[in-house]
Amino acid sequence: MLFPPTPSPVAPPRVVVTGAGIVTALGLGWELNAEGFRAGRRAFRPVTHFDVSRQRVKIAAEVDLPENFPVTKLSAHQLHRLDRAGKMLLLAALAAWRQAGGEPRENYPLVLGTTAGGMTLGEAYYRQAVRTPQRHRGQPTRSVQYQAQVQARAVFDALGCSGPATIISNACASGGNAIGHAFDLIRSGQAECVLAGGYDAVGELVFSGFDSLQALSPTVCRPFDAKRDGLALGEGAAILNLETLDRARRRGAEILGEVIGYGTAIDRHHLTQPHPQGNTTLTVMKQACANARVTPAEIDYLNAHGTGTVLNDASEALAISEWAGSRAATLPVSSTKASIGHLLGGAGAVEAVISLMTLREQWLPPEIEFETPDAACKFPIVQKPQDARVNVVLSNSFGFGGVNAALIFRRWA
Amino acid sequence: MSRVFVAGLGAVSPAGWNVAALRAALAENEPLPVQPLARPGWEKPLNVRLVPNLATRLEFLAHPRLRRSSPITHYAAAASLEALAGLRVDPAAKSFRLGVIACLQSGCVQYSCRFYDETLKNPATASPLVFPETVHAAPTSHVAALLENVALAQTLVGDPSIFLQGIALGAQWLAENRVDACLVFGADETNWILADAFAHLDRRAIAAAGAGAVCLCRDGSFSAGVELAAITDAHVFSARQNRAQASQAMRQQLGKISTGELLCDGLGVSPRADAAEHAAFADCTCPRVSPKKVLGEGMMAAAAWQCVAACDAVAENKFASASVSLVGSNQQAIGARFVCAEFGLSAAAPAGNIRP
Repeated sequence: MLFPPTPSPVAPPRVVVTGAGIVTALGLGWELNAEGFRAGRRAFRPVTHFDVSRQRVKIAAEVDLPENFPVTKLSAHQLHRLDRAGKMLLLAALAAWRQAGGEPRENYPLVLGTTAGGMTLGEAYYRQAVRTPQRHRGQPTRSVQYQAQVQARAVFDALGCSGPATIISNACASGGNAIGHAFDLIRSGQAECVLAGGYDAVGELVFSGFDSLQALSPTVCRPFDAKRDGLALGEGAAILNLETLDRARRRGAEILGEVIGYGTAIDRHHLTQPHPQGNTTLTVMKQACANARVTPAEIDYLNAHGTGTVLNDASEALAISEWAGSRAATLPVSSTKASIGHLLGGAGAVEAVISLMTLREQWLPPEIEFETPDAACKFPIVQKPQDARVNVVLSNSFGFGGVNAALIFRRWA
Repeated sequence: MSRVFVAGLGAVSPAGWNVAALRAALAENEPLPVQPLARPGWEKPLNVRLVPNLATRLEFLAHPRLRRSSPITHYAAAASLEALAGLRVDPAAKSFRLGVIACLQSGCVQYSCRFYDETLKNPATASPLVFPETVHAAPTSHVAALLENVALAQTLVGDPSIFLQGIALGAQWLAENRVDACLVFGADETNWILADAFAHLDRRAIAAAGAGAVCLCRDGSFSAGVELAAITDAHVFSARQNRAQASQAMRQQLGKISTGELLCDGLGVSPRADAAEHAAFADCTCPRVSPKKVLGEGMMAAAAWQCVAACDAVAENKFASASVSLVGSNQQAIGARFVCAEFGLSAAAPAGNIRP
């Protein structure tokens, strides 16, 4: 029963990650992405999926989907009906599930974060309805397939699993919130294992939206740089298999890292602008630390939300500086959006996988194009590829509408 | 486990801007009149049920955050304020922590269509004021700004069944003492493209707009006389379990529904869409109310109307308990039961053994 819920365990179980799938413009899978992030490689190119000739900015970090899709339980027809976002989600989920030793099972909760779901199908629906209104063909399918819950069902059908799907749409915090929600489900005893993550594809409406706000960088996305002039959009997906430590041990599963803290709150300052002092960011970082029982001094790397916009980075920098206190001077911080762009609903989940990479492989992802720190940055930005001792990582995610999320991961050794 | 009570209800529907209007329309049990809505490229308009315009501008629209907001935000805000009025504590009190959970299916379709239309015509002139209002989180954000003291907020999307998932999440936040009260609203707006989609999928369905809100609290003294008794599992539609089977499983878990209990079902006017739910409750002889038959296919708003109608029937002492059946369009089936708070259920009472 969803209510009354299963009584919470006396001691919340430890939550570990036993599978991670990642799809970004750097490539498909852990290895290609780890290689790219470790080198600080940038994956932007001219947009190919829609016309940007009349847009101010013309680049994004687009994903190349494989020509031959991995075999799943989906029929060719079901696969054909998925849009790019759905396919990226499926690739990430499949990788996470397989790495976790996945087997078909019931009652396997799926928690997803997305801002747009299958919006590209919605766009196609609108274009056809306006340009050839009498044409019926394809419209019923588009009107169903654009919905995020239908994409979630496709994941289940592909894996031969089923379970409740929760889709969180807290704008660009969605991916972080999805993982945090899954963490909560396991800690409260409502689930023993959960697939969680986020996804989004670059679409015309969203691209145009950020361009209209003049939020896209016409030059190079440089988070926290004093000369930053905007964000760059990207696309992709990441899914984690989270489970209790006990279950993972029982199964003999390989553990990639541990989720130890989560904080979330809402900034009511403005629909699109963070509070200038970063009040809510400060709150969620403190919440996550309290939840994880760690102090800023114990954080070895901070993967910032760091969009590259003037307002976000100034606000986040102030919050990090205040939260970290004396630790700020030596706390390595970077935003991997400099490499793969802002993945919107997928960002928090992809950055969670990057956090796990730093913990597993002991390196820090640099911002290669970073030059001059913003005055609000009291912390060093990782500018060059480097190895490092990394035991605990904090990852921030914020969204339009004001929801902030912070996740903390610990190395599994 | 702590008990969860309903402190207040709110509704905006084609019947009007409050629960009383919803109650009156459902008591009449006659389909409300439809309004024509022009569809580009077609001579014949689509039929929809819109929320009636008010003679006077709503006071809360003077809030700076709501100036440019879309109708879905107006509906959500109005329903939320009505539900919170029942809380009988000052939500603006500094120590008070309010949670907000928004449930949407289509979300901000009006501004999304408007912005995309502008993009197709000329992206250079697409309005930066409209774009932020297209995101699913916009209504949640505006409502949170309006209410202040919102400590926690979440926007869920899915088919209408997730409204009960939202209620369950709110109950969980209360149980974990993360909030002192939790507002759960379901809202959707409509426009020609949404009505067009319904025309493609089910010609009988009349798209409708509105919102419904339920304010949950832990403290029985704030209760409107209604207690949340049970929410079933989410019985998902999958390759292994079709919609009819999921509906049956939900019905089975919901348990016996006595003749003295009210059932707020999700039946509309489409035999095909209704078949699964109709079969699942075929044996049920209790009094029923079907908001969608009267108000139209309001998607998430309709799910919220069902829950509001169920709670309202209990709060008004018309029934000692009321069940809600939410058989979603393409995700899952979930049921719930609300009871008169006086009956004081024990936490362990299974749903099927609840006596009216």
